[in-house]
Amino acid sequence: MAALPLSKAITAGLRKAMDDDPKVLLIGEDIGKLGGVFRVTEGLQKDFGEQRVIDAPLAESGIVGTSIGMAVRGYKPVIEVQFDAFIFPAYDQIVTQLAKLTNRTHGAENMPIVIRVPYGGGIGSPEHHSESPETVFAHHAGLKIISPSNAHDAYWMIQEAIASPDPIMFFEPKRRYWLRGEVDESDPGLDPFSARVVREGSDVTLVTYGPLVPTGMDVAAAAAEEGTSVELIDLRGLNPIDFDTIEASVRKTGRLVVAHEAPVFLGLGSEIAARITERCFYHLEAPVLRVGGFHTPYPGSKLEHHYLPDLDRIIDGIDRALAY
Amino acid sequence: MTSNMTGTMESQMRSEPPMIQMLTPEGDRIESGEYDGFAAELSDDDLRGFYRDMVLVRRVDAEGNALQRQGQLGLWAPLLGQEAAQIGMGRALRAQDFVFPTYREHGLAWCRGVAPETLLGMYRGQNHGGWDPQEHRFHTYTIVIGSQALHATGYAMGIGLDGDVGTGDRDRDAISVACFGDGATSQGDVSEALTFAGAFHAPVLFFCQNNQWAISEPTSVQTPVPLYTRGQGFGVPGLRVDGNDIIAMYAVARASADNVRSGAGPMLLEAFTYRMGAHTTADDPTKYRDAALDEEWKAKDPIVRLRRYLEKHTDTPADFFADVDTAADELAARIREACVSMETPPVEEIFDSVFVEPHPLIEEERAEYLAYLDSFAESEGAH
Repeated sequence: MAALPLSKAITAGLRKAMDDDPKVLLIGEDIGKLGGVFRVTEGLQKDFGEQRVIDAPLAESGIVGTSIGMAVRGYKPVIEVQFDAFIFPAYDQIVTQLAKLTNRTHGAENMPIVIRVPYGGGIGSPEHHSESPETVFAHHAGLKIISPSNAHDAYWMIQEAIASPDPIMFFEPKRRYWLRGEVDESDPGLDPFSARVVREGSDVTLVTYGPLVPTGMDVAAAAAEEGTSVELIDLRGLNPIDFDTIEASVRKTGRLVVAHEAPVFLGLGSEIAARITERCFYHLEAPVLRVGGFHTPYPGSKLEHHYLPDLDRIIDGIDRALAY
Repeated sequence: MTSNMTGTMESQMRSEPPMIQMLTPEGDRIESGEYDGFAAELSDDDLRGFYRDMVLVRRVDAEGNALQRQGQLGLWAPLLGQEAAQIGMGRALRAQDFVFPTYREHGLAWCRGVAPETLLGMYRGQNHGGWDPQEHRFHTYTIVIGSQALHATGYAMGIGLDGDVGTGDRDRDAISVACFGDGATSQGDVSEALTFAGAFHAPVLFFCQNNQWAISEPTSVQTPVPLYTRGQGFGVPGLRVDGNDIIAMYAVARASADNVRSGAGPMLLEAFTYRMGAHTTADDPTKYRDAALDEEWKAKDPIVRLRRYLEKHTDTPADFFADVDTAADELAARIREACVSMETPPVEEIFDSVFVEPHPLIEEERAEYLAYLDSFAESEGAH
């Protein structure tokens, strides 16, 4: 397959999943004729019909709640939430129902539902369009969370998510929707919960995911010019987290920096820092450092470049780790 | 069946909006036009079956209260007074229908074949459910108010996608039933469920048991408008039925279910009833409601009403009632024994079935905690 923008790789993955399984259907706001505000479902209603690509009333709790009911009936709904912070009207259905029904029924009931969430900042949007709420959902038992960083992973990870019998939240790095990459369709698939070592290095490990992976690649290249060897890890799975891959890297480098757009306070970086410190305390040359958003509401777009970790802030984190 | 569905705003706002009743509190039948056909299908044996259902379910309920008072259950949510509403609805449904209950649907659970012991187990804290929803076509008890209305609506949307509505095949055409109470009508999820049901023309029957109390809040705190009209703005017509009248409940539920089943779209049935007991065993209604009101509703008791009918208008022998009471005693003894002999589940169950596919962190926590427990077993020589 030719190089595709990340958004169209998701489209291709959705199309493949719908071809393979007639029980897969899409539901969300404006996903039909319009193809979604980011055009991720473009053309799918035309090809699969209004019964399988459903334009929903503007009610997020209703979308998730009715999807649960459709799953009880044997369907596999793939939900599109229009923007990250629009998910909160559905928070109750997601955490009190979707996340718990398999457990409540002792495994008698599966909830093969995927919730696609375009997330993160950097696109100059008004309030509520740029947030990174993945940790909020990672805190709840019963939800699995993944986030691709490139077109190839996006194509395969959305299919893995749809094939899973468990509820999966699929966080899409919206500012990377237009980032092109090769998609290898002959790939036998991938474990969406396995972290990927994007670039090997020996001085410091940089862990990130989703929208900051391309930034991390720039960081590693810039650091290399200054003589620092950065090992870059793309988590892919945010719950569960592939701690084994991080641990193996940190045992080698002795230093770890975790970067994400979500607030540092109680972010995924906090959990990674705690667990990696437990797992390889004697291999660490420096405390695990975190680079991320502030404990403030997401700012107006004229100021968002201060809020979002960029190359310089992540380099600064690496320098601080190396200074110990 | 539109004649009773809508009224003028003036009639809705009157203190006593139209309510379908077919059996008076004194136990006499009254004509109800379009619904009489369904009532006429009921034989005296059917009615005796309803009587038996109601007495047994009331006995399960009483046992639930007693077991809680004796420390055998953590909590119990009594259905006292709502037996006719639930048995009438439950017996009007077909095997292929799917019910989405609240946590007070013991009568519907009975009709869907969920053993009362299983309900006791849940309130005992053995688990959060305990039955396979697909096996009984009765979903899990849902505690967060109103959530299940959306699940029922989504299920009905699935029925529509499957084409299992309006075919005319009575063994195929299905509906879902969204159970909720008067308090739940204030929840956004119930309004969203009505929205989706109307927009997708979903075969869902909204079943509002208006027992007039949401813990301590009377229905007037929720709305000044009669609840059977709630669906109108969403394109969901409604009816109010005397929820303490098993004949009307059955007949109108049958008529409504058949109507929804035929592809006519969603409907809302308000069973006008009364929570004769407490909200749960943790509640104290004497703090907020007038005993005179309780007395007024005692006179409308659904079981007494049907018994009066059977005694006055059928040749039901006196020992029928005694036999039902004996069966209730036996059932109570059986479920009490089952309840008190339930063993605490193994600790591993905490970690089971969170997901279908394993989650490494949960497996790690399971292993660590079991090793921690084993460390005591080693030091104490016993588990």
